[in-house]
Amino acid sequence: MTEGDRLLATTRDVPPGTPRTMPGQSPAIAPVMTTTLPPLDIAAIRKDFALLSRVLRGKPVIYLDSAVSGQMPLQVIERMVKYERDEHTNVHRGVSTLSQEATDFYEAAREKVRRFIGAGSIREIVWTRGTTESINLVAQTFGRMVVKEGDEILLSAMEHHANIVPWQMLAQEKGATIKVIPMTDTGELILASLDELITDRTKIVGVVHISNVLGTVNPVKEIIAMAHAKGVPVLVDGAQAVPHLQVDVKDLDADFYAFSGHKLSGPTGIGVLYGKLAHLEAMPPWHGGGSMIRSVTWEKTTYLPAPGKFEAGTPPIAAAIGLGAAIDYVSALGIDRIAAHEHDLLLYATERLSRIPGLRILGSAKEKASVISFVVEGIHPHDMGSLLDGEGIVVRAGHHCAQPIMTRLKVPATTRASFAYFNTREEVDFLVSAVEKAIELFK
Amino acid sequence: MSDPRELYQQVILEHNKKPRNFGKLEACTHHAEGHNPLCGDELDLTLIIENGLVQDIKFQGSGCAIDVASASLMTGAVKGKPVAEAEAMAEQFRGMVRGELEPGTQTPLLGKLTLFSGVKDLPSRVKCAVLPWATLHAALKGEAEASTE
Repeated sequence: MTEGDRLLATTRDVPPGTPRTMPGQSPAIAPVMTTTLPPLDIAAIRKDFALLSRVLRGKPVIYLDSAVSGQMPLQVIERMVKYERDEHTNVHRGVSTLSQEATDFYEAAREKVRRFIGAGSIREIVWTRGTTESINLVAQTFGRMVVKEGDEILLSAMEHHANIVPWQMLAQEKGATIKVIPMTDTGELILASLDELITDRTKIVGVVHISNVLGTVNPVKEIIAMAHAKGVPVLVDGAQAVPHLQVDVKDLDADFYAFSGHKLSGPTGIGVLYGKLAHLEAMPPWHGGGSMIRSVTWEKTTYLPAPGKFEAGTPPIAAAIGLGAAIDYVSALGIDRIAAHEHDLLLYATERLSRIPGLRILGSAKEKASVISFVVEGIHPHDMGSLLDGEGIVVRAGHHCAQPIMTRLKVPATTRASFAYFNTREEVDFLVSAVEKAIELFK
Repeated sequence: MSDPRELYQQVILEHNKKPRNFGKLEACTHHAEGHNPLCGDELDLTLIIENGLVQDIKFQGSGCAIDVASASLMTGAVKGKPVAEAEAMAEQFRGMVRGELEPGTQTPLLGKLTLFSGVKDLPSRVKCAVLPWATLHAALKGEAEASTE
């Protein structure tokens, strides 16, 4: 039996919508989140990830790169295979039972997203290809609508290129300027500067919830409140946040919240833009085509209400359904339990790595997610990355699509380890000894 | 797939730590800057070419060990050589690290530089090793910039 056959066999004869037993949790335990829940059963969870038992150059793979892309559990892959094998057709098309069924699964995934981030209505959930497309959508529709010549767009010093470049393109088009919320050397935004930085020309604030380089959890609720006090809307880049903490867009009062499926144990090619309904209704459509219209004549086209008007063409249906399954998976584990486990790994790894002479960790915010960027005196991060790779340890070496942070901290690049719910302290130990081995080689 | 450690031989580590021909020739006749956008490696190469010979060559910049050692060994290898030979070496080096040329038999001009042949097993690092040679090629062609992208 091939791997593919095995995958298919496990999903055979399961009627659509059958609840699946979630990993690390017996069916008897209800997925209720309380502080008294037992810790995650990591050994059981790891069985859901085939990649974690791969061997490279005779070494077991240690995946410390979830900030680049999270691994998908078997349950998510199976769900997508099932759609492609048994259910594949288009959505929102015609009257066939199959199309209705696919539409139901696809829209059910949207509802799962809504509940997961605490949005008020599924009409506020727009499918995109990922965080980058979500932000481009806002810049090209909402941004174009509100930003005029001489206006200002306020971003933070720790943005990913995805939350910089779309705004620079808009600023260039409109003759607007980009201003930057500065950060401290430890990687915390200087909120005291906000009062001065938000002027009557500021039309939108863009801020990352969790920095992909520094791990900083930014006080976005506070930033949003300060911006709103001056009537300025805020877009939050939540790509790194949704996998690690309970996001409640209503509690945050975010105007826009963007994230990607593949960092949330889901597939690539699917992402989400949450937008307050009033904004989405006021925004013009972006891409034109099928699926986003109410009626088309040669004289005039009318559009669907949000979110339909932002979803031209055939969407990545399997990916959307897969993201729904990923949300089921992480919800069953419990974001609180995931956060607790990752926090333990963060503290343990920070403690062990910081004892290595010559190693410097970048980013020591009080509120920090399980991301550790570091540099070692005399060893370029790319050499470190290659040597760790030789030990089977997958990390990211580079500028992490956040070059302004590299410039700000005066480093060309960093090596970054990021931890997910399936990682263990033993894996941190392997990382530490591999780093020590690399340092020994370069002595 | 080989162990990356095999690439980090003593010669490479030593040239990384103490690069030869490091600096800038103020009275240069040829000059180019190399960039590796992926890594952020930056290389500034200055040459003095007289009578068709590479009379002197220096480099400065920052980069990974593969990049710095490659630049250090390259400057030593082409110094005093005819320009045409330096160009041919660049061709052979590029072919070797991309796995298109057999080190040694098909790269007779490279000598000990064949120690970079292991880079072919680390595709993400090929550009690091090639950057100095691409920059040399640009300088000899009279181009101001070389990029590995």
